[in-house]
Amino acid sequence: MQRIGVFVCHCGSNIAATVDVKKVVELVRYEPGVVFADDYMYMCSEAGQEKIIEAIKENKLTGLVICSCSPRMHEKTFRACAEKAGLNPYMVEIANIREQCSWIHKDREEATEKAVILARAAIAKVNLNTPLQEGESPVIKRALVIGGGIAGIQTALDIADAGYPVDIVEREPSIGGRMSQFDKTFPTLDCASCILTPKMVEVNQHPNITLYTYSEVEGVSGYVGNFEVQIKKKARSVDMAACTGCGECQAKCPLGKMGKIPSEFDRGLKNRPAIYMPFAQAVPAVPVIDRENCTYFKTGKCGVCAKICPSKAINYEQEDEIVTEKYGAIVVATGFDIINLDKYGEYAYNESPDVITSIELERLMNAAGPTGGHLERMSDHKQPKDIVFIQCVGSRCDDEKGKPYCSKVCCMYTAKHAMLIKDHWPDTNVTVFYIDVRTPGKNFDEFYRRAVEQYHVNYIKGQVGKVIPQPDGSLMVQGVDLLDNKQIMKKTDMVVLAAAIEPNKGVRKIATMLTASIDNNDFLTEAHAKLRPVESPTAGIFLSGMAQGPKDIPETVSQAGAAAVKVVGLLAKDKLKTNPCTAKCDPMFCNGCSTCANVCPYGAITYEDQLVRGPGVNETRRVAIVNIALCQGCGACTTACPSGAMDLQGFSNRQITTEVDAICQ
Amino acid sequence: MSVNENGEFRPLIVAFCCNWCSYAGADLAGSSRLSYPADVKIIRVPCSGRVNPMFILRAFERGADGVIICGCHPGDCHYSTGNYYARRRMTLLFSMLDYIGVENGRTRVEWCSAAEGAKFSKTMNEFCEKIASLGKNVRLGDLRCKD
Amino acid sequence: MTKQEIEKNVELIKEISGCDPYKCMRCGKCSGSCPSFNEMDIKPHQFASYIINGNVEELVSSKSLWKCLSCFACIERCPRNVEPGKLIDAARQLVERERGGDHLQAEDIPELLNEDVPQQLLVSAYRRYRR
Repeated sequence: MQRIGVFVCHCGSNIAATVDVKKVVELVRYEPGVVFADDYMYMCSEAGQEKIIEAIKENKLTGLVICSCSPRMHEKTFRACAEKAGLNPYMVEIANIREQCSWIHKDREEATEKAVILARAAIAKVNLNTPLQEGESPVIKRALVIGGGIAGIQTALDIADAGYPVDIVEREPSIGGRMSQFDKTFPTLDCASCILTPKMVEVNQHPNITLYTYSEVEGVSGYVGNFEVQIKKKARSVDMAACTGCGECQAKCPLGKMGKIPSEFDRGLKNRPAIYMPFAQAVPAVPVIDRENCTYFKTGKCGVCAKICPSKAINYEQEDEIVTEKYGAIVVATGFDIINLDKYGEYAYNESPDVITSIELERLMNAAGPTGGHLERMSDHKQPKDIVFIQCVGSRCDDEKGKPYCSKVCCMYTAKHAMLIKDHWPDTNVTVFYIDVRTPGKNFDEFYRRAVEQYHVNYIKGQVGKVIPQPDGSLMVQGVDLLDNKQIMKKTDMVVLAAAIEPNKGVRKIATMLTASIDNNDFLTEAHAKLRPVESPTAGIFLSGMAQGPKDIPETVSQAGAAAVKVVGLLAKDKLKTNPCTAKCDPMFCNGCSTCANVCPYGAITYEDQLVRGPGVNETRRVAIVNIALCQGCGACTTACPSGAMDLQGFSNRQITTEVDAICQ
Repeated sequence: MSVNENGEFRPLIVAFCCNWCSYAGADLAGSSRLSYPADVKIIRVPCSGRVNPMFILRAFERGADGVIICGCHPGDCHYSTGNYYARRRMTLLFSMLDYIGVENGRTRVEWCSAAEGAKFSKTMNEFCEKIASLGKNVRLGDLRCKD
Repeated sequence: MTKQEIEKNVELIKEISGCDPYKCMRCGKCSGSCPSFNEMDIKPHQFASYIINGNVEELVSSKSLWKCLSCFACIERCPRNVEPGKLIDAARQLVERERGGDHLQAEDIPELLNEDVPQQLLVSAYRRYRR
């Protein structure tokens, strides 16, 4: 039998005005298990807590019931108080007689009666409480960042600067991500490479950061604080230690001159050789052989690069390597790409080379791009005198062709493109067909207004129905001006489509490996949309950048910093305290049916062959084992268990049943 | 206590509220002083998926007139999937209860987020009215528990 | 029309077309694609808002009803599946299904006569659109 102490709080007049506190004390004094009952003005105060501690010690209490405000307010307070007095903190229950009683009922008698019933339920529960110990699991002080774009780079730098080792795994031969493809960034019109490359170099030189480029995550196991990850380092065919980055191999590769392989970095607007660095400022500055297109790997002939390499760095025999590493926390920063435009035939993207996407425009306008920064039509290389921008291509769509969300960055980047074009080539006619102009950030609306007021970009509210390539090489754009209520047939030289963004294609595979939640649009889900935007519901996994949702560079960097702080907060601990209210399986009743494992959202249940010994039983059975570090205590397994073997500590079947009994008596 | 001194029928209603959304919603209703009848007594569970049909049967057995389960909105479950299981389970259970005479109006599942204090209060008020109109529950009663 | 009649017609249009006019985000892609845009008085991008606001009478007595070619370009391109072409088609259905409607006067026929229009067409129109 327990020795339970009951304390009823007045909470000033918050409770006492409606609930007859003294009467409650009297009525619960003789409940089964209760040996002490008292009331006080403010139980949560110093003095109130002192009273509790004194009572625990004097009366040798084994359980505590506090009738007060909501447990969401002070459960922690009273647990800590109990611990101070030497009582296990999980032998404490709170009866909510304020938010759920005194504050909502007006009749004194009714409120008092209900308070007594709630107190009885809490007492009945505490009678069945068992002392619970918060578990401990170790933390490996190393972080993994998946993705080497600006989000991954910033997160890694912040973690590394805090003093923790961090690895970046990047699929492409170089880090830098999308931002390395951009020309200028809004709203400051900074050169993207100028602000990104110093960070890329910093990452490469940072003593705490290890880069795995041209690598992919192959497998993840483990749990928060103790992840084990297999990283596949794809064979570059180049010895990274020997290569000096001189670029001779790229220059001499015969396929480079033939111009057969489209450059991914230049979005297919230019060709590249089979041995290549994606761009001049690539980090690491080591080329990669594209084995699918390389003549040597296809036919065994050629081998020019190996012959001319001054450092003898080419190694055709190099093989993929699997590296296994252990991490305490993982950050997903896999970034985005734009959608495929095959379903948007009305814009003639596939028919005319003069219809391009905004990211292709970035490459064209970039001084290091396929045209050296000269804006030219890809059909005849003439400079366009008239350009039309079409917004919301594939965004805000309710059909299967596009994405339902707003891609957030396009209104701003189109204003940027329009202004830059007008600035370089003032006699170009620039028109933007839009539905809305969304400019929510700091200095964003002013930026867009500059495009209209200073640069006289023609913003037309209305959409384009069709882009028709003309026999003379120009494009006819059929659109509408909703404000003037007129249909527009406009002849133009170039059309730029602001295509919707979508999370990088590889993200589903990664999310599955990490058991990180992902939504219908393939964005990673946060633990709480408002209050926990950089954490995945799966403990130990953090989110950074576009992988979590559409956002621009300032927001990405903010989020990267937030994710880094969360990671550092985790890694700074030597041990993680695990929630003790976890599920527990009784092997005597478990029949290994796997129902519990199938409903567990955290993958916390595994199966093991265990020797089960009991009355009339001495055999090895396949029973469920709950990983207390992963278990969040939701109880889904407990309810699903057909044999009643699984129970949830802190909210056990008997405990809840006894609460029901106490309420219904 | 089904009949008070005035001879009025006061229903006994048990509410299972999930810790993360609906219990917080109930607290918000309290902070906002939005009243509902004292007939409702709330039991806190970590997730609506924790509510075992046995608890509901037990409640009716012991004299409850109505049982309501409150959880997070589908898609918002703190434990990602708990409320989906609750939804399915309760659909089946309530259908069975209806069949054996515990009318559909006596049982309910409501999704209430932590910000919906007003909704919580409104739901409880409506539910209590409904139960009052249905009267005392006479099915599943365990005579051993009757006074 | 009375308020009830208007409401009834709005519901009827939604039912016949199977479209939800509330989904319209006023982007104008339908108007941008419409080959008959210049002939219409009420433009395609306005169909959804006319229906939401209950301006069924104006819609039904507009020129647009008859200028729509049913080419389905707007339906194909609408990003929100509002399908204005189906809405105007449904409005047209309201007229065609109306028995005893008075949409073609005898006096109007001489104007419509020309070599390209077969007489039979005028006769059947007269039958269909008159009492």
